[in-house]
This record gives sequence, C-alpha cells and structure tokens, in this order.
Amino acid sequence: MSSPGLLMRRPAAARHTAVLAGIDRLGALLTLLGAAGLFLLPFVLFKANRIVPGDSRSVAQVLPLWASLGFEAMLAAVAAVALLIANGPLRLAAALGGIVGLAMALAAAANALTPPHNIIVRVAPGGGFWLLAAALGLLATDAITRMRPGPGVRVLLLGLFLGAAGLALTHGTFDNVSIVREYSLHASAFALAARQQVLLSVGSLGAAVIVALPLGILCHRAPRLKPGLLGALNVIQTVPSIALFGILMAPLGALAAHVPLAAAVGIRGIGAAPAVLALFLYSLLPIVANTVAGLKRVSPATVEAALGMGMTRWQTLTSVELLLALPVILTGIRIVLVQNIGLVTIAALIGGGGFGTFIFQGIGEMATDLVLLGAIPTVVLAFSAAVLLDALIEVLDRARQ
Amino acid sequence: MIVIESLTKHYGPIAAVDGVSMTIERDSITVIVGTSGSGKSTLLRMINRLIEPTSGRVLIDGRDTASESGHRLRRHIGYVIQGYGLFPHRTVAHNIATVPRLLGWDENRIRPRVAQLLEALQLDPAVYSGKYPHQLSGGEQQRVGVARALAAEPAVLLMDEPFGALDPIIREKAQDDLLEIQRKFGTTMVVVTHDIDEAFRLGDRVAVMSAGRVLQYDRPEVLVTHPADPLVARMTGSAERAMRLLSLTTAGEAALPLTPGEAGTGGPAVPASASLRVVLSELLWHGSESATVIDGDGTPRGRLTVAAILARARAR
Repeated sequence: MSSPGLLMRRPAAARHTAVLAGIDRLGALLTLLGAAGLFLLPFVLFKANRIVPGDSRSVAQVLPLWASLGFEAMLAAVAAVALLIANGPLRLAAALGGIVGLAMALAAAANALTPPHNIIVRVAPGGGFWLLAAALGLLATDAITRMRPGPGVRVLLLGLFLGAAGLALTHGTFDNVSIVREYSLHASAFALAARQQVLLSVGSLGAAVIVALPLGILCHRAPRLKPGLLGALNVIQTVPSIALFGILMAPLGALAAHVPLAAAVGIRGIGAAPAVLALFLYSLLPIVANTVAGLKRVSPATVEAALGMGMTRWQTLTSVELLLALPVILTGIRIVLVQNIGLVTIAALIGGGGFGTFIFQGIGEMATDLVLLGAIPTVVLAFSAAVLLDALIEVLDRARQ
Repeated sequence: MIVIESLTKHYGPIAAVDGVSMTIERDSITVIVGTSGSGKSTLLRMINRLIEPTSGRVLIDGRDTASESGHRLRRHIGYVIQGYGLFPHRTVAHNIATVPRLLGWDENRIRPRVAQLLEALQLDPAVYSGKYPHQLSGGEQQRVGVARALAAEPAVLLMDEPFGALDPIIREKAQDDLLEIQRKFGTTMVVVTHDIDEAFRLGDRVAVMSAGRVLQYDRPEVLVTHPADPLVARMTGSAERAMRLLSLTTAGEAALPLTPGEAGTGGPAVPASASLRVVLSELLWHGSESATVIDGDGTPRGRLTVAAILARARAR
C-alpha cells in the first residue's frame, strides 16, 4: 500500500511530534493559572465582620507548615499530570483530587482563622482560591471531554458532583466559610429563592413552547410569514432585559388597576408577572427559529411518503415531522432554559424574586458573600440544565441517526 | 382497472396536465414516460389525489376516487417515490408496517405480513427487521420502499421514478425484481419514468407524455413500429428502432421448433428469457448462424437463426 519511502519517513515524523506533544498545551496554561493563584493572590480573606474589606492571607500564613507544604506538593502533582499525561481518566482523577484538596484547604483555613463560637468573623475565599478552583475545574472539564462519555455517564457525573457538593455543605466542615455562613443566615429565603428561580425560568419556558411551537410550524408551512415574524422576535431580543422589564411595568400596572380579574390572578406592574412576560418574549425567538430549522431538516421525500401512504396532515406533523425535528427544537429549548435561568436573576430588580434577590441585596449591603450566595447557585442551576438537556438531545439524535 | 377521464390540472394559466384520458388494465404494468415538466408526475399524483385535479375524474375498479377523503383513499393505493422517503426514526419493520397500522390491523396480522414482504424482496427478516434506514444500502432501501408500499395488499401501486436513485447495475436487477413482484402479487402498477429504456423494459403498455398531454399510449412494439407523433419516434430512437424491437421479444417466444432428432445445432446456447437483441449479439460474436434456446434447467427448447431474428426486426 504505502511506498518504502513513506515507511521510512513516518517514525521520524512521529519522533518530531512526540517532543512537541510531550507537554500538554492546556496543561501548561492551567499550571500557569494555578501557580499565579497560589503565589500571587490571597488564598482567603479574613474579615472582622461581613461588610468590611478583608485582610489577605496566603496558605502558608494560615495552615501549619506540614499542611501547606502538603497542599503545595499535591498541587504540583496535579500540575505534573496536567502537563505530561494525556490519559483522560488519569487527568480527571488528578483534577478531582485537586478539587477535594483545595476544598479541604479552604475548610482548614476557615476553621483555623475563626475563633471558637464566633459567628461575626468571616473567612472568605480569596482570588487565589478562585483561580485555583477555575484551573482545576477546567482541567476536570477538559478531561471529561477527552473521555467522550455518553449522555448517561455525563448525567451520572453531574449527579455525583451535585451530591458531593450537597454532602460537603451539610456535613459541617465548611460551616466557617463565609458563603456557607451566609447561607445558614438565609436558609429559608434561599429555599424560596430557589423555587422562584426554577418556577420563573421553567414557567416562562413552558408558556413560550406552547406559543412558539405553533408559530414555528406556521412559519414552516407559510414561508412568507417567516421574515416578518422572526424579524419582530429579533427586535424583542435586542431590547435589554432591564429595559423590557421597565417597558412592561406600565401596561401591566394599568391592566391590574383597571381589570380586577387581572389583579386577582396576581398580575401587577412589578413582581413575577412582568418577569414571566419578559422571559416569555425572550424565549420565543430561539424556539421559533429552531422549530423552523428542525422542520426544514426533514427530507421532503419523507413527508411526501407519509402523505402518500395515507397519513393525515396532523399524523404527518406529529408522528414524522415534529419527531424528526425534535433534537433541533430541544436545542432551542436548551438555549432558552439556560438563558432564562440567568435572566431571572435580573427579574429580582422588579420584585420577581429568585437568586437575584441575594445578588442585589448583597450589592446594596456591599456584602460579597451574599452576592456569591445568589450567583453560585444560579451558575450551578444553568450548568445542570445544560448538561441534562444536552444529554437528552444526544439520546434522541442517536436514536434517529 | 383504472379509468382516467379528461383529467386536467391547472397551475394559474398553465395546464400541467391537459385533458388526459386513458384506461389502465388490471394486473399490468403501465409506464408513463416523458421529459421533466411533461406532467407525468402530476398525472400520477392525481390518481391518489396527493394533487387534486382541476377537472376530470379517476375511477378505480369503477369507484370514483373523489368519493372518499384523500388520506383514506391513499391507504389502499401503494406509493413509491424516488429517494423512497423511508422514515429515518423507524426500523425497517416499523416502516413497512406503516399503512397496516394506519388501517388498524392487528399486530398478529402485521408481523407475518412484514416478514412475508421482506422475504419476497430478498431481505432476511431476522437481519433487516430491526435495522434503521441509514444502515441500508441504496438497493436495500429501494426494496424496503416497495415492501412498505405493498404492505396493506393494495390493488394499485403507483411508482414515481422508483429506480432513479440507483446505479445502473443495481437498477436492472431492481427492475427484474419488480417484474417478479408484479407476477407474484398481481398488482396493477403505474410507473413514472423519464427513461425510455426502463419504460420498454417494464411496461405492458407505455404512455408517452409531453406538455401535459399523452401523445401515444400503446404496447411498446407499436410505439416503435407505428409512432403516432414525431416526438414519440424521436424518443423511441429512430436509429435504434430495429434493435429496440428485438429487445421486446424473448428467445423463448421466438424460438423455432427443434427438428426431431436434432439435439443441438452447434451454435451457442441461449436462455429462453434472453431478448432477441442479446441472442443476435451473441450469434454475431461467435460468427454462428444459429443458436440453441434452452430452458432454465438446460433442456433444449428450440432454435433461433440469424435470418429468423432479422425477420423480426423489420417494420411490420
């Protein structure tokens, strides 16, 4: 098959690339990032109370010598794996080990710096901690990507991650870390905010699906309507969220004032109503556009065969066209869900509730911990929604091709 | 029997099909041949009312097709299209079961029917039932498309360029298989194609269409010997018409009786199913004056001479 010349050249080329491939490029970048976090930025911030700016503390300043050396040695080992080893599972194990070590170091630092029974003092993760967490998180994500796990495994990994995080938080080890302390002060409000966050984002998504799906089908059937409708939805998409909340306050307020029924079902100028309406409007474009794209993907021969064999229009739509378009439509729904989970935080400005309440309250009080108590769960929620829907889309797509 | 009565379809001022009347015999293969834009597909789709005619009517076994709703009508008419349109999200068995399911057949009746069709189309049910369309070759997809169209035992099968997506070698095999299927199930078939060779190969009767009208509708040999229109003459190929005529007759049909005691004539042996065109080519190649026509099992059945073949190639 190949000439002798090619056979001669191949090992030389392999040797050449082996030298380059010896050091993993992403590993090098992450190592630099981690090193910067470890040596240049404070690991934790010590504050006398929740509002004052904190004093920087490095790992060496907080932990006993053996512990800080052990921590640095552990990080060095993770860096070595990140730099030199291409094997996915090994890299993932190293990253996870690093994350556990980092969490333990944070808990140890918080426990060492907090005097017994003192609930006024705050020990917050510093820039160094966050940078290390980011580097290790990226290393773990990259390792998972390299392993190309199936959808089931990805959902399992997500479940393990959420379970481990929940276990760590309830276990008590982290009780002296500022964000956990902030959580224990707001536990009941947190549960309410979580419910609101999910209800607002999923509720507006549900309403949008009910309206956008028929609109998408209509655009597919009557292509003349498409430019106008998608153009209008595009304009809505370009209105900044805060402006849209503001625009909706006046008409909804007027509606509530003049129509008693509207007020009775909870429609007001502020609160959940304008939030849901705004999110609903934002949700329309991705779902309509993806429904149109998904239906367009269905081969005309398939549709003609369905009709030619005696399926009704409705049977053709539901049991052939929509089923075949489903992965693309779900991709639109995924975009909307992740976008809504993020946007709901802004709805807190108009009294919509959700995790945004903590963020804006925290900004008002200059309490960074409270801001993070709103921001971190929002990110986790959006991330989980993305992983779950991605897995679902892949399962469906695999089943039909 | 399908009776088409002055069927017309207008798109704005343009008549895609212009007053076509024809009668399609039971248990035969009728081929509608024409260039693109001749209206042949529109005519076919008006038979199962995927396209509603502007005027005129279609009777299948005496019943006006407009007397029931379109989707109900289509459940009793098989339909095969170019590209087959198999459902990519359904298995082969599920695809074939489409119309029986629409008709509400019992699962116990559907399963053996699917297996019977797969076998009739030379697809091993154990291997193919669970496969998805993208796992099949073009030829296999075509056969599944035909099986799906025949699933509910329709009396009429409509096919729109059913072999258009196949490469030439598989196409000939698929055409032979279709003839076999027709003999086996005795279905009335209407096939649309742009390929005149395919039309001559398959059709008991061939309709030549142009600009929405049927120029001539007759047996293939009549189209060659007595073209009613210059376009029909051009399509049937005036330069090749003698050879085309030969290709319409098989060696078995034309064979001269064997003289008693005469075992072989020394010439090449040709199967009874071969066309005279093939036999003549064979004789010219071997420089032989006569050939022995043999049956499937190899017994001599008759003989053919160059002179006898040439006599059949002359305009009658």
